[in-house]
Order: sequence, then structure tokens, then C-alpha cells
Amino acid sequence: MYDVVIIGAGITGAMLCRKLSGYQLRIAVIEKENDTAEGATMANSAVIHTGYDPEDGTLKAELNVKGAQQYEAICRDLHCLYKTVGAYIAACGAEEEAQLDVLAARADARGIPYRRLDRAQALGQEPNLSDGVTAVLDFYTTAVVYPWEVANACLECACENGAELFLNAPCQAIQRDGDCYVIETPAGSFRTRYVVNAAGVHADAIHAMVAEPSWHVTPRRGEYYVLDKDTQPIRHIIFPVPSKEKGKGVLAIPTVYGNTLIGPNSDFVDDPDDNGTSEDGLNYVRANISKTLKNIPLNRSIRNFAGVRPTTTCPDFIVEEVAGAPHFIDAVSIESPGLASAPAVADKIIEILSASLELIPDASAVMTRKAPVVPAELSQAERNELIRSNPAYGKIICRCEQISEGEIVDCIRRTCGARTVKGVKKRVRPGMGRCQGGFCEPRVVEILARELGISPLEVVYDGQDSRILERENRV
Amino acid sequence: MKQVQAVIIGGGSAGLSAAVTLKKQGISDVLVIEKDEEPGGILEQCIHNGFGLQTFKEQLSGPAYAERFIKMAQEQNVKILLNTTVTKLTADRTVEYVNAEEGVVQVQAGAVILAVGCYERPRGGINITGTRPAGIYTAGQAQRYLNIDGYMVGKRVFILGSGDIGLIMARRMTLEGAKVIGVAELMPYSNGLPRNMKQCLEDFNIPLLLSHTVSKVFGKDRLERIEVVAVDENRNPIAGSEQYFDVDTLLLSVGLIPENHLADHAGIVMDPSTKGPAVDDRYMTSAEGIFACGNGLHVHDLVDFVTLQAERAAEGAAAYLKSGKRKGSALHIRNGNQISYCVPSQFYPEDPAEKLTVYFRVRTPLDRGTLVIRSGEQIIRQVKKQKLLPSVMEEAVLTAKQMAVLTDDITIEITEEG
Repeated sequence: MYDVVIIGAGITGAMLCRKLSGYQLRIAVIEKENDTAEGATMANSAVIHTGYDPEDGTLKAELNVKGAQQYEAICRDLHCLYKTVGAYIAACGAEEEAQLDVLAARADARGIPYRRLDRAQALGQEPNLSDGVTAVLDFYTTAVVYPWEVANACLECACENGAELFLNAPCQAIQRDGDCYVIETPAGSFRTRYVVNAAGVHADAIHAMVAEPSWHVTPRRGEYYVLDKDTQPIRHIIFPVPSKEKGKGVLAIPTVYGNTLIGPNSDFVDDPDDNGTSEDGLNYVRANISKTLKNIPLNRSIRNFAGVRPTTTCPDFIVEEVAGAPHFIDAVSIESPGLASAPAVADKIIEILSASLELIPDASAVMTRKAPVVPAELSQAERNELIRSNPAYGKIICRCEQISEGEIVDCIRRTCGARTVKGVKKRVRPGMGRCQGGFCEPRVVEILARELGISPLEVVYDGQDSRILERENRV
Repeated sequence: MKQVQAVIIGGGSAGLSAAVTLKKQGISDVLVIEKDEEPGGILEQCIHNGFGLQTFKEQLSGPAYAERFIKMAQEQNVKILLNTTVTKLTADRTVEYVNAEEGVVQVQAGAVILAVGCYERPRGGINITGTRPAGIYTAGQAQRYLNIDGYMVGKRVFILGSGDIGLIMARRMTLEGAKVIGVAELMPYSNGLPRNMKQCLEDFNIPLLLSHTVSKVFGKDRLERIEVVAVDENRNPIAGSEQYFDVDTLLLSVGLIPENHLADHAGIVMDPSTKGPAVDDRYMTSAEGIFACGNGLHVHDLVDFVTLQAERAAEGAAAYLKSGKRKGSALHIRNGNQISYCVPSQFYPEDPAEKLTVYFRVRTPLDRGTLVIRSGEQIIRQVKKQKLLPSVMEEAVLTAKQMAVLTDDITIEITEEG
């Protein structure tokens, strides 16, 4: 019998799981995919918004501000990259400049620091701003992270504290049985006192297993270009002035490792799993980035991707116990700024749980994560010492990102470790560079096979059926 | 810091050729740094025939061609560090490398030869839309899986791009029992060598769709289907021309790009037309004492020319080590009408070689044309040419006598007839 089962190993579920793992509770996270952070957490703008954007009086506004304030410390504890790059809201003309005043007023009321730059000042920092940009609000505490790294690190920390993670465990049915719920999955049944629905784009289907939802998911796809890290056309995140219709618009984002993301568009799609890119979507991004920026080298694109936002018919986050389903808590409709808000969403759920669940701190819980060894961050003497003790750190597997075999092996052997080629890529980045795994993927397959004790034929790229190799050749 | 006379980065065909030549030129202290566990580079996975017709006057497989140079390098006592990756290069020729035995090491080189090879343009470089399943490989990656690791990547295969690796893989996958449904080429002509068109596609009845591309892919976990469209003369998709093929494998042979990361970070000037370093007639880059050759300089058609140019680069490096700076100042070699690039792109008229061979490629196929070498308005040389193809490297030759009198930059161009 579990105390809490969390449905979904995205950033919301992961952040909650880590916080709950500090209490004396039996916790499980069930995830339908073959790795953590495979939904909206895998494909978004990766920005820790400071909280100036959501409308007054919304849960989004409250949780965004509170969540963003916790991020830096959480990333420090979990040894995740957190890079304060600053966000420019670039206004074009008087009408948009008036919008900056609205954002500035909100920021003042919420205690969010910013400064206002005129065109010349902004150009001094960002020479590729378009000719139309007339003024900029600089939210200079805005940061970027690798969202999947944070989610996975949270789960690693939680599982070290005794939480259990079940992959390939889509929730098929939920029955109320006395005071508890029984969740059926292909990975087994889970009997639990509390359920948290953090199922992202599938949250309405999960909710419907216990009660009729008053809202439903309206999946909204966003597509991006990823540019070669040698291009670096911007240093800050560049936003257009947000609008009600278009949301945050098409941005340019410097990632934690120096690539540049250009996107997203915003298209309602029928299928919540429809995360393919489209010609129209990419063309939209291409056309609209020119509003705020010029000289963006989209010809140096190394990858396109799309993610689906778990937008619902409710314009705000929904974090509450479901009416008619006691001890079943929704954490749904968590679209942007869901990444930034996740720590505060977790706190809010814990507050709801605490009304009927006794939360006793677990003195043995460790809320930090064992630091991964990152050779690139070491001095030469330290690095040489490391290589002497473990020569695998001297063997470079990914030449674009200069990732050693030692780092790859470590990310597989860790708790919540990588089981797939994409899992390795998400954790330590081989394949994220300009060759996109052209050179290193065969090596990563070989290392995964060796470490997992399976044949290379059984190694998958991502999902359970995403085999890379068909058969041994005839020779 | 350890001093080395010459460091060669990369132990493939270019690096090995350069090393052997340096030794023959009397440079005794030569270090080759190779990231893989064997020397030979990409030749090791090119098990098909067709290498060495120029160099050895016989047809060799890739590994056999490499073996000859590995043997020569051994005979010349060239030191090759394997499983070693160069992590940094500076303009003053400090080379930092890392391996499991020595850790991180810096060496000061008298001369450096970049022989770093190229990489394949990935899917994201051409923005094929759709899902992101397994089953999409660059052609060279599939070739490695097959010829080095011993695994087939799929059963029903489509190939995008008629570059040579794509064509070679069409044949190889067919021989291994896969069904190759077709090859699509964005351009209205093939980008492969004529012999590969014949031997890899025509002989196996594999259809080639010119002016077509793969526009979208489908499949969640593994590739299931692709959308292929015809394109107009501006390479834009033609609405209504969509065809669908059920395949589990898509191989991409959509361009090779010189791997210029190290050179870029050393501040070496790049030639936008080759995407490799700009070099002079001794194959020296803008950084004094740093030379470049092989596919890291520009993507070659035949390995024989890789060898030839690597030898010139090594002679250049040897001359630099012996006598330092060149006499006079450089003139540029510019891309004129129909020329997509020229290598080298500079030369020293006051310090000429016996002859200067400029390698170039044309932009589009031409049945006939005249190669014109101009210096300002003055025509230095004209040569009638036939059957010029973008996939085939061409040469323009200048003698020392012709060069010595020049004062203006030269332009290489093709004038078309009729």
C-alpha cells in the first residue's frame, strides 16, 4: 500500500516526488513512457520565468513567482545547470511600449526586478535586435535550465530516499476501494491512499477515471529550431511583447549549453501525443522571429522539435482535490509557466495533502543529489587525477560536446539512470551537438548494451519499440 | 610544455599521407593524434572498391588503401596516438589532447596540420518535418553500423540524397538483403560520381527521383512511413505531388561539412564557400604554421586527391619548419562564374611553387565550357572543358612562370558556350 502515487514523471510530478520524499511516506511515480520527462517537460522553452506575465489574481501568478524563487537553490542541491541569462521583452513602437508599462507595474507589485532599456542600450547588449525594436524591459534574473535534467535529478533524489519509479506504466483504470484507490497499469496494480494526477496532456483522461472533469485538455503544439552552438546570435532570452491571443510569442533562447532555441509557434492539435513538427509551424517560427531579431542563422539549424502544451479549457492552473473523489488531487492545466512554477505547485499539493495526511519529516532523507563528475568543469590537475583513477573519463565518445565514456557510464549506473540512447543524450548530451549523434550513437549503443547486459539489438532509441538495429549482418 | 616539431590532428587518409610526407621531407618528430581506436579514419568503413586508381593505379577497398599508408607510417616510425581527442588548438600552435593513459596534455607544435575530416549534415540541418522516431540515420552512420559493428539497421529503406555515400549504401543495403525502395535527390541532377550512379543504382534497378525530397516522416517509436514531394526549380515543394512510402529506414546523404570546430576556436579564417579554413598554395591557414588538408579542408570526391593535397600540405609544413615566413604578399584566387569554390584561395607570386594546382567545383552540370583564369582583365589561361559535374573536382593549373608576373588577384571562371 502506497501513501501517494503520482501519475506522470514530468517536472510537476518529479518536483512533488522529491519534496514528498523528505517525509515518512511510501511513494510511487508511474510513467507511461520509457523514461522520465518525456512529455511537455522534454520540449519547451526551458525558461524559468520570473512571474511578471500571468494576470493578477491567478494561481499561475502566485505559483510562478513562488516557484521561480526556489529554482536556483533546488538546482544547486541537485547539481543541475541553472544559468541566469536575463530576458528581454522587446517592444516595437508606442503601442507595445505601453504594454511594457503594464508588465513593469505587475513586476513592481510582485517584487520582480527589471530595468528598462532604450533602443541604443538594448542594441549595445544585443546587436541582432530587429530595426523595429524601440524599447526593452530586461528581466535580468530570468534563468534557463535543462528541464528534463531537473525532473530526472528530482526523481533520482527522491528514489534515493526510497520513492519508487515505474516506467512503461500507463494508467489504465483507477478504482476506489474503501479508503484507497487501486491503479491498474501493465507494470502492475498500485494500491494507494492518495493519487496525484500530474499526467500533463493526458490529465483529463486520468481525471475521468474517477470523476467527470469540468474541463478538458486542448493540446497546443509548439515547434522549435535548435541552432549550432557556434552561432550564438543572442545572449539574453528575447521575447516579443506578450499578447492574449498569441501568448508569449516566438522567442530566441540561449540554452544552458550555448545552443540557441528559436520558437515556438502555438497550434491546437487533436492528438495530445502529436509532437511532430510541421512545415507550417516551422515557417511560422521562421517568419515571426524577425519581429524582434535579425541575422538569425536558421541555416545553422541542427535539429527541430515540437512539444505539446497541456493547455485546457480552464485558463489557469488547476491544483486541487477533485470534487467527489477524496484524496485524488489534480495538478493539471500546467502549461507555461509550469516549469518555473513546479516547486510551488508541489508545495501547494503538499498543503492540500497535509489537511488529512500526517507528514512526518524523514530524518534520514537527503534532499541533495550526488554530484555527477563533469570533467569539463575540473582543473587540469583534478581531471588528470580523475582519469588516473578511472581511465574512462579520458576516452571521449561524443566529439561535438566532448563527453567522455566515464560520464556516459555514470549516467547509466545512477538511480533513475539512462536506459535508452535518448536517455543518455538527455542526461549527459552525446548527440546534442552538430553531428546529432552521427559519430557517437554507435558507441553509445555499445556502452548501453554492455552496461545493461543486453545485446546491441535490444538497445532502443527512446520508446520500447524504437529499436535502432534490425539484425546482425550476414558476414 | 612538451615540444613537437609537427602535430597532425587526425589519423585518416589525410593525416597519414601528411605524416609520411613530413618524414620523407626530413621532419623526424611527427605526432599523429587519432580519436578512434584504429588509424585509417572513415576509410575503415568504406569496404567497397574504387580507392587508389590515381595513387596506386589499382582498385583497392577503403581499408586496403588505408593499410598501405598505415604501413608506410609504421616504416617511417610515425608516432600515432590512438583513442586520443584533441580538445583545444590555439593560433600559437598549442595542442591540447586527452586520452585514458596520459590524461590531459598540452604540446607546443612547430607546425600543425589539421586533417580532421568532415561530418554528415543531420536531419535537423534540412528541416524534415514530422515525428522523431528511430530508423533515421545518416548514410555514414548506417555504414558504420553495418561494416564495422556488424548490424543491419532496417529492412525497407529509402535514401535521401544521391551523394556517393548514399549511393554506395543503396547497393550495400541491397546486397545485405534489405529492399531499397528508392533514392530522392533535391537537385535536377545527381550529386554522386557517375560510376556510382551506374554501379550502385542502375545495376540494381533502384529508382532515382531527381528534383524530389523527403518532406515528412511518420512513426512514433520506429519510422513507419515517409512523404516524398517533387520540388520546383527553386527547390520548393510542389503541392499535390506527395507520394508516400512505407519504410522502416531512411538514410540521409545530404551533405558533408568540414569539421572546423578546432580551427574556428583558434580564430582561423574560414572560407564560406568550402566551410573549411581558407588556405594558401602551401595549404597554410590564416594562422602561421597551421596547415589544413583532407575533408576538413574541403570535401573531396576521391581519396586519391585527399592524399595528393595532404602531401602538398605536408611539404608546405616542412618548408615552413625549415625556412619560416614566405617572401612577398599573397594574392587571392576568387570564385568566378559557375565556380562554387576554389582551393587554395591564395598564393604567393614572389615565392611560387613549380606549379600551382587549384582544385575547384562547378555549381551546375555543364556539357561544355571554357575554363578561364583571369588576373584583373588579363586572361592568363583558357582551357576547353567537357562534361563538368558538381560531384567531380576539377583542376586549374598555373606554372611558376605564369604566377611570377602577376600583381592582381586571379579569378577562375567557366564561360558557357552558345
